[in-house]
Amino acid sequence: MTKPMHPTPLLDELETGPWPSFVTGLKRLAQDKDYVVDLLGTLETSYRTKKGYWKGGTVGVYGYGGGVIPRFTELKNDDGSPVYPDAAELHTLRVQPPPGMHYTTDVLRKMCDIWERHGTGLIAFHGQSGDIMFQGAKTADVQAAFDEINEMGFDLGGAGPAVRTAMSCVGAARCEQSCYDEARAHHTVINTFTDDIHRPALPYKFKFKFSGCANDCMNSIQRADMAVIGTWRDNMRADEDLARRWFAKHGMNELVNDVVVRCPTKAIRLKEVRDLRSGDGAAHLTTVKVSDTHALEIDNKDCVRCMHCINVMTGALAHGADTGATILIGGKRTLKIGDLMGTVAVPFMRLKTDEDFEQLVDLGRRVIDFFAENALEHERTGEMIERIGLVNFLEGVGIEIDPNMVATPRTNPYVRTDGWDDEVAKIEARKAAG
Amino acid sequence: MAMRQPIESGAPDNKPFLHPTLLKNYGNWKRHDRPRPGVLHHVAHSGDEVWTVRAGTQRQMDVWTIRKLCDIADTYADGHVRFTIRSNIEFMVADEAKVAPLIDALAAGGFPVGGTGNSVSSIAHTQGWLHCDIPATDASGAVKALMDELYEEFTHEQMPNRVRLSTSCCEINCGGQADIAIIIQHTKPPKINHDLVANVCERPAVVARCPVAAIRPALVNGKPSLEVDEKKCICCGACYPPCPPMQINDPEHSKFAIWVGGKNSNARGKPTFMKMVAAGLPNNPPRWPEVSAIVKKILHTYKDDARSWERMADWIERIGWPRFFEKCELPFTKYLIDDWRGSRASLNASTHIRF
Repeated sequence: MTKPMHPTPLLDELETGPWPSFVTGLKRLAQDKDYVVDLLGTLETSYRTKKGYWKGGTVGVYGYGGGVIPRFTELKNDDGSPVYPDAAELHTLRVQPPPGMHYTTDVLRKMCDIWERHGTGLIAFHGQSGDIMFQGAKTADVQAAFDEINEMGFDLGGAGPAVRTAMSCVGAARCEQSCYDEARAHHTVINTFTDDIHRPALPYKFKFKFSGCANDCMNSIQRADMAVIGTWRDNMRADEDLARRWFAKHGMNELVNDVVVRCPTKAIRLKEVRDLRSGDGAAHLTTVKVSDTHALEIDNKDCVRCMHCINVMTGALAHGADTGATILIGGKRTLKIGDLMGTVAVPFMRLKTDEDFEQLVDLGRRVIDFFAENALEHERTGEMIERIGLVNFLEGVGIEIDPNMVATPRTNPYVRTDGWDDEVAKIEARKAAG
Repeated sequence: MAMRQPIESGAPDNKPFLHPTLLKNYGNWKRHDRPRPGVLHHVAHSGDEVWTVRAGTQRQMDVWTIRKLCDIADTYADGHVRFTIRSNIEFMVADEAKVAPLIDALAAGGFPVGGTGNSVSSIAHTQGWLHCDIPATDASGAVKALMDELYEEFTHEQMPNRVRLSTSCCEINCGGQADIAIIIQHTKPPKINHDLVANVCERPAVVARCPVAAIRPALVNGKPSLEVDEKKCICCGACYPPCPPMQINDPEHSKFAIWVGGKNSNARGKPTFMKMVAAGLPNNPPRWPEVSAIVKKILHTYKDDARSWERMADWIERIGWPRFFEKCELPFTKYLIDDWRGSRASLNASTHIRF
């Protein structure tokens, strides 16, 4: 039995309607916890005054410098005492999820039991950082909660100027579009940097995200300092049986308007079966009959691996077998120079063998080392590259330039080119060395 | 008492948590289809099949809700679940006969089944008043209010292509890029509590944080503080996190803006950033009706007008911005013409005009 609920007329309005209500959930927790009674009081006040009442501070667990988000109430009486004393502290533990966010009910139930004992009982699956957010514990309870979560095999995520918790898509576990083992990449890369996650010492945050194909379900290109996005180098695969079934169901209008004309590089053409090419000149073509008279012909040299036709005709069309990832660097949202999309740093990295994954880890290490030494305080990787230029970044990290890194070559003449012949000689020498 | 040393185990391995059918066919899937909204059907090269039932959650879940979802997973889904990036929960079953009873159990538990394919999936969102230290508004409540109104669009696949939404309670935009994003837009410079600045803020760091160099050190009433050149200030709120006495949140003047056309997928065109199309909407809890009205107007216009497979950005690229504003009945004001760095790239450098 707990103390009486504070009136919450505004929050009560969020208990109507068909979508699941977090207010109803908080009220259920408040049946057993004065803590949540007062948390509801605080939140209702925010709804009434349109103001937030939490401020940061310093709370952590032994041995780590980050991973706990401290919150202390600013909602005070005139004498400085908290208006809602049972919810004067509301710290959150960020906990790294397994790649792909898979769980057994056994582990979820254990998490619930721990958080019911030590915190509010409110858990977010998941925060925008990709962490499991154990929301709301008092300073005195943070260590005990962490110890139990940690003993289960889970560890804190990143906060502040640190390597942050990574995210990866469902990928190889359940998706035919997967071009590499996203979970293995996630697990291998991020666990190389546990020290940089737990002890914030970088200029600013650094995020890895792993998507198995160009659909980029993890939104890595817009959010990750290093985005690893699956792709392939060889020809697309096709399955004639599935292609014929797709066509029988969807017809010519959809084949033309939804597949052929939506190809961004016009790499797909509709062909009559009698016009299909074969032999040496057709080695770069993927052809598949959709009926006895018509077929699709895809010129893989023109294809940019955008995924659209594969999305529409899943199974009938599929990515190739020589798979890996494109790696893009520098994505972030607005602050402080405006949005930056990640841009290509490695057009293709094969990701199949132990050595391939070690190469990915090594690239991450070089990028973070360069970032740590060269970025200004509170400057993200993309902003640093904007300030120093891509070429300086590539040379610092040790990546060869490639025309895939640009949308277009330079459009202005303001550059000193007296090293041109040397650069050409270097390229020729590299070619000769094979 | 000796303190316990942490086990720096990092991210756990995914394998112990995978549904047995997913583990067995790992990296070996062939195709999928969607038998009905909210259900995915994947077929492996081995011939194995798995059905996934997706349901919306409130994201900020109490342990009782999580246990209820676990009970459903134990009964129907072999004790395994996963979550999507938009906080939907997914139950995998290897037996098609379990799909219908699983859906019934979710419905009985109050969880909407949907969010797949051409639906409006759940809203990626932030912490808001519940937990954030710099929020101008709430997040969970705004999402609850809007998803109540978009419930039918979550449980059906009636949109031209998938629709992704986000909300953010400050301009840092932790909610992220989306087809439609709802973001607080401050409209007044910060109000400075000069009594606190010297004790709370590292003044050079705050000065450095300003994107337009509008903040400078100053002595106010004999105390070291900061002052803001209000003509230069763009009201972004970047100074507020490192210096809470620079109060940017304003119950009256912090308004909502609406952005459209963000797309992270590379499918068809390259990924795009979203564009601001409306601002000045009141911060009006608990249900923010003015915001919902515009989001719904944009969504329904898109639904009626876009062709199949056109995302919001693809649709606007075809019809053009003038017609977007006309069809959505939104005013195009001078504040929507970009003047930030690189802004000339957003101007129409051509005679391409639709009449």
